[in-house]
Amino acid sequence: MSGGVDSSATAALLVHLGYEVIGITLQLYDQGAQSAREKSCCAGRDVYDARKVAEALDIPHYVLDYQRQFHDEVISEFADSYMRGETPVPCVLCNQTVKFRDLLTTARDLGADALATGHYVRRRQGLAGAELHRAVDLRRDQSYFLFATTADQLDGLRFPLGDLGKNDTRALAARFALPVATKPDSQDICFVTGGSYADVIARLRPEAHEPGPIVHVDGATIGRHPGVIRFTVGQRRGLGVAWHEPLYVVRIEAAERRVVVGPRSALYRGELTIRQTNWLDDEALSARSISVDVKLRANQLAVPASVRGLGERRVAISLENPQPGVSPGQACVIYRGERVLGGGWIEGTDSQCAA
Amino acid sequence: MSQICYLDYNATAPVKPDVVSRMSAILACAGNPSSVHTGGRRARRAIEEARENVGDLVGCAPERVVFTSGGTEANNFAISYRPRILVSAVEHVSILDAVSDAIRIPVNSSGIIDLDALRWALSRETAPALVSVMMANNETGVIQPLGRVAEIAHEFGALCHCDAVQAAGKISFKMDDLGIDLLSLSAHKLGGPQGVGALVLADDIEVQPLIRGGAQERGWRAGTENVPGIVGFGVAAALCHEDYDARIAGLRDRIERHVTQVAPRATIFAADVPRLSNTSCIVMPGVPSETQVIAFDLAGIAVSAGAACSSGRVARSHVLDAMGADPMESGCAIRVSLGWATRDSDIDRFLVVWNDLHARSRARREPRTATENAVPEIIATGRMVLP
Repeated sequence: MSGGVDSSATAALLVHLGYEVIGITLQLYDQGAQSAREKSCCAGRDVYDARKVAEALDIPHYVLDYQRQFHDEVISEFADSYMRGETPVPCVLCNQTVKFRDLLTTARDLGADALATGHYVRRRQGLAGAELHRAVDLRRDQSYFLFATTADQLDGLRFPLGDLGKNDTRALAARFALPVATKPDSQDICFVTGGSYADVIARLRPEAHEPGPIVHVDGATIGRHPGVIRFTVGQRRGLGVAWHEPLYVVRIEAAERRVVVGPRSALYRGELTIRQTNWLDDEALSARSISVDVKLRANQLAVPASVRGLGERRVAISLENPQPGVSPGQACVIYRGERVLGGGWIEGTDSQCAA
Repeated sequence: MSQICYLDYNATAPVKPDVVSRMSAILACAGNPSSVHTGGRRARRAIEEARENVGDLVGCAPERVVFTSGGTEANNFAISYRPRILVSAVEHVSILDAVSDAIRIPVNSSGIIDLDALRWALSRETAPALVSVMMANNETGVIQPLGRVAEIAHEFGALCHCDAVQAAGKISFKMDDLGIDLLSLSAHKLGGPQGVGALVLADDIEVQPLIRGGAQERGWRAGTENVPGIVGFGVAAALCHEDYDARIAGLRDRIERHVTQVAPRATIFAADVPRLSNTSCIVMPGVPSETQVIAFDLAGIAVSAGAACSSGRVARSHVLDAMGADPMESGCAIRVSLGWATRDSDIDRFLVVWNDLHARSRARREPRTATENAVPEIIATGRMVLP
């Protein structure tokens, strides 16, 4: 229970359906760090809200301190990924580690039959076990962030909101008279509170602010930048370069601190490889190509592609039509229709592909 | 759910019935102890009687007892305005956080202060120092050799403060016999109310008041006295019995014998040194402390892990860290603390839940079968029928 409307409505729904519900809130970072003293252990507003909801529902509620895991496995990796010139997706790591590994283990130790969350995604019992499906409401679909969920984890998870739209959830929250029914949705990356993600990285990795050249794909150096972490592939604004046509970040060569820019046409990629692939289909990946849809960014629609396994959890992906802004470090999630077959981390594109 | 099985006396002890009735009675009477009239004199008499009881508890004259708002204030009061402070590494945060530049004297793996290190540190001091060492630790129950600590402190011209919040009422001692100069007490650890404690001073000890603006407590602690709290403290102090030890130790030993038999890898911190008879810090390998605390709570049993902070979240134990404990062990430890109302049936309930949790955590390490899960798909729709 994050203190937001989705997990609160989930808890209320389960209580309403007669389950014995235990509310858990994860303390992932010090929400008071911006204002209060450094050593304060004051829980933030969200923990307070979650507790209020649990009290309203008359269910036991606990706060688990996962700050250490979250720092080591999510925030640090987020910073390292930017330092490598990638564009990371910390929500995937969070789901993969603190939520569906550690919290699920805790739930099982407590003797719970399932861990329910407020994610917008559907779990369906297939013939060969649990399957992960997109949410009904595509605007709310969070399956992209859950691609790393393993079959064993999926077995113990439930996502009651997957068939609802956001307004439905708010309506439920209002009907249950939850104190958070009108609370605004959380935005962006949860641990970037005040300031920008670049400020967070700068605190963690002071070396991140080493300037470097901005290089055109033609080879000409056309400007300077204050540090690679301020750029992401596909970015157009904030380059600080005057040019006769719109320029986009095409590639980040972090080792040389070089930001490579070019016209929109230079952004398109047709081939990529992914690593650390999680595969949920009962039919194993093989060297034989299969037709699928892939989603390359959280806020883009899935596009047709074919995939084939390369071994060692690496997968080669050919897009039917080249796509702009394919960025190393982002997740590439593989769908067949509504169902999530798996996904992995974008490793390289086109010429950089080792495949 | 049946009644709560309360095994968290070191956090706070249930208030004894006699305390409740005496406090209720005094609450119903108007009277400021500083007032001249009858009600004022009655309140004055009540707190002076309490002062005698609290003095008796630690073997000293009543006029040396200064009532405070609790153990934390007593600790702050004792160590404030002291130029140099030496503390053990396992002190309560109300000591450790009250002076950030205190010299920390290490403890050994059983949690006992290193007296040679204390002597060495004192030998390097030039300014008058104060040594602050707790009598018994809140997390492990380890009892420090306070007589030796005070002796060494005095050898170097230093004062000895002792946080006896956990020890008072559980072990009997006389403050003067141990050579302690300042002693902190708290009412709610021994069956009294929360929000009242005391700093007890040896003869001729100089202290600076923390709270000024009135002549109450002989000018050492300004502000109208917490009359009902002080009365409750006095009653609780008078009710501490000498037979406490043997009965509680028997219950505690039952727990420790059982868990170490059921789980050979389970360990008890500081089992080899003198401890409070009511405290046991038990490691269930592989199950995080906070998971255990939740599981016990869900079963109606109150225990703690380390020292909980105000948000209720479990912080890593500085006490077990100071003992050099393996984080894999200290992260899987809970504190069970017993007291005046604990009965055999409480221990029975605790052991049943401990067994269950231990068995479940072992099962978790074995491969799961897909069908064991009894919860079907849960699908919300926008047309939910609601009450």
